[in-house]
Amino acid sequence: MSVTIKDVENIAALARLEYSETEKEKFTHQFNKILEYIEKLSEIDTTNVEPLSHVIELRNVFREDKMKPSFSQEEILMNAPSKTEKFFKVPKVIGDI
Amino acid sequence: MKNFYSLKQELTEGTTTCERITSGYLEQMREKKHLNAFLSVFTDKALKRSRAIDKKINSGNAGQLAGLVIAIKDIISIAGERLTCASKLLENYAAIYNATVIDKLNEADAIIIGKTNMDEFAMGSSTENSAFGPVLNPLDETRVPGGSSGGSAVAVASGMATAALGTDTGGSIRQPAAFTGIVGLKPTYGRVSRYGLVAFASSFDQIGPFTLSVKDAALILNVIAGYDKKESTSAKIPVPEYTSFLNKEMKGLRIGLPKEYFTESLNPEISDVILKKVELLKQNGAEVEEISLPYSEYTVATYYILTTAEASSNLARFDGARYGKRAEDFKDLREMYTKSRSEGFGEEVKRRIMLGTYVLSAGYYDAYYRKAQKVRRLIKEDFDKAFTNVDCIITPVTPGTAFRLGEKIDDPLTMYLSDVYTVSANLAGIPAISIPCGVDGQNLPVGLQILGKQFDEETILKVADFIENV
Repeated sequence: MSVTIKDVENIAALARLEYSETEKEKFTHQFNKILEYIEKLSEIDTTNVEPLSHVIELRNVFREDKMKPSFSQEEILMNAPSKTEKFFKVPKVIGDI
Repeated sequence: MKNFYSLKQELTEGTTTCERITSGYLEQMREKKHLNAFLSVFTDKALKRSRAIDKKINSGNAGQLAGLVIAIKDIISIAGERLTCASKLLENYAAIYNATVIDKLNEADAIIIGKTNMDEFAMGSSTENSAFGPVLNPLDETRVPGGSSGGSAVAVASGMATAALGTDTGGSIRQPAAFTGIVGLKPTYGRVSRYGLVAFASSFDQIGPFTLSVKDAALILNVIAGYDKKESTSAKIPVPEYTSFLNKEMKGLRIGLPKEYFTESLNPEISDVILKKVELLKQNGAEVEEISLPYSEYTVATYYILTTAEASSNLARFDGARYGKRAEDFKDLREMYTKSRSEGFGEEVKRRIMLGTYVLSAGYYDAYYRKAQKVRRLIKEDFDKAFTNVDCIITPVTPGTAFRLGEKIDDPLTMYLSDVYTVSANLAGIPAISIPCGVDGQNLPVGLQILGKQFDEETILKVADFIENV
C-alpha cells in the first residue's frame, strides 16, 4: 500500500495539521518508506490471536462515586491562551466547522 | 563524580553538605551550558532546600533520599514550574500540580535542581527533536547523547546532578544511558505511577532513574515505585526493598542470550564487550543458554504502529483552546486548531501524529492497528515462554554506539531502527536496565541490557550490580 499527496492531505485534515506544498512531497516520500517497512507485519499469520491492548491485564478499575475537591477555576484557566471571566474564549462557532 | 551512596556516607560523616553538593552542580551547569541539558534551573529554590535538608540531616530526621540532587525530564509536572515537553506549543505552560513521583521525591527529602531537555513529547532517539536545540554528548560533543531523555542522561554523565528521572516508551532511558556511559532503569509497566507525566503512548510509557551506580537506581526505585490511587494502571503489588538484592552470588542464576539479538547487524565491538561480561557471569556460577525470541524482527514495526496510534489520540488535546500556544491568525475554530497545531508541533511529532491517524483511520484500522495489537501478544508470549527457562535475558542496548549529530535526522526510518533492541521491553511491559560495560574502538561507551520478568526488578538489579562490581 502506498499513499499519494492527496491521501496525505486527507490524513492531515483528520489530524488537524497542515503542510506546505514542498513539505507535502518530502513527507509523502518518507511516509511511504515507513509504511513499506511496517507492512512486514502482514507476513505473520494472526488468525487465532487475540489483540493485546494492555500488557498488565487489568480488569476495569472502579472507585466510589464520591465528591472530592478539585482544581479551582483560576488554576484551570491559568494556562488558557484566551479567556473571559470563567470561560475559555474561542472563535464563534455557528454553522459548519 | 560521586554516586549518591558515597555522598550519603559523606553527609552522614559531616565531611560535606547538601548546599556544597548543589552549588557544585550549579557551577558545572554554568560551565557546560553549551551542552544544552537543562530547560529550567531552580538555582535559588534548590539552594534553599539544600540548607533545609542540611538542618534535617544534622538533627537526625532526614528522609531516605536526603542529599540526592536530582534533575527531572521536562515532561513530568512540578506545580508552578514550566512544563514544556521541549515543544514550542508548551513554551509558556506551567504545571498546576505535582506528578506523584515528584511528591514522593519531596517526601524522601531529595533536592530537585531543574528540568532537562528532551526530544519533543519524548519522540526521538537523539534529543535533536527539541524545539530548544539539541543536547550534546559530553564524551564527544559532535555526537548525540541519545534520546528521548538526552538532557537527563547528560545531567548525570557530566556532573550536573547525582541522578535524574527520565521516561522510557521504547528505550528513551536505556539508549541515552548507554550512549553516555551511565545506568538507566526502565521499571515494569505499572510499577511507577504515571500521574503527572504528559502521555505519549499510554500503554508503553514508564518513568525511571538515571544514576551513576546500580545501587543508586535501587535506592530511587524504592522511593518512586508503588500503587497510586490517582493512576488506574499503577499496579497494586507490594514494593520490595530493592537494595536487599544487591551484593549477591550469581550461582544457579539462569541467563538467556537471544540469538535474534546477536546477529551480523550488531557491531562486533559491541557484542565482544557484552559477551566478555557474560563469560564472567558464567565463571561465577551463572548458567548461560541461547534462547529464541522468534518475533523479534517485528518489534520495531509493531512498536511504531501502536505508539503513534496512541500518540495521535493523546496529542489531540493540544488544540490551542484550553492551553498551549494559540496561532495568531485564523478565520474560524477549525483553522485555529489546524494552525495552532501545525505551528506548535515540530516535524517528528507531526509525522507520528500523521502515522497514528492513518493506522487508526477507517479502512486501515484492522490491517495496521489491530494487526499490531495481535503481534504485540505474540511478542509478549515470546518473553513469557523464555522466562519459563531463564531468570533474565542479556542483550545489547543499541546496535551501535553514540552517532553523530545530524547523521540520522533526515531519515526517520533509520532513526526508528536504532530502537531495535529496546522496544521489546515496552511491548511486553517488562523491566529492563542498561549498564555501562566497556567501550568501543573510538572509546565510546557500550551499554549492556538486562531484561527481567514483569515486576521482577530484583533480579535485573542483582545481575547489574554484580557486573558493575566484578
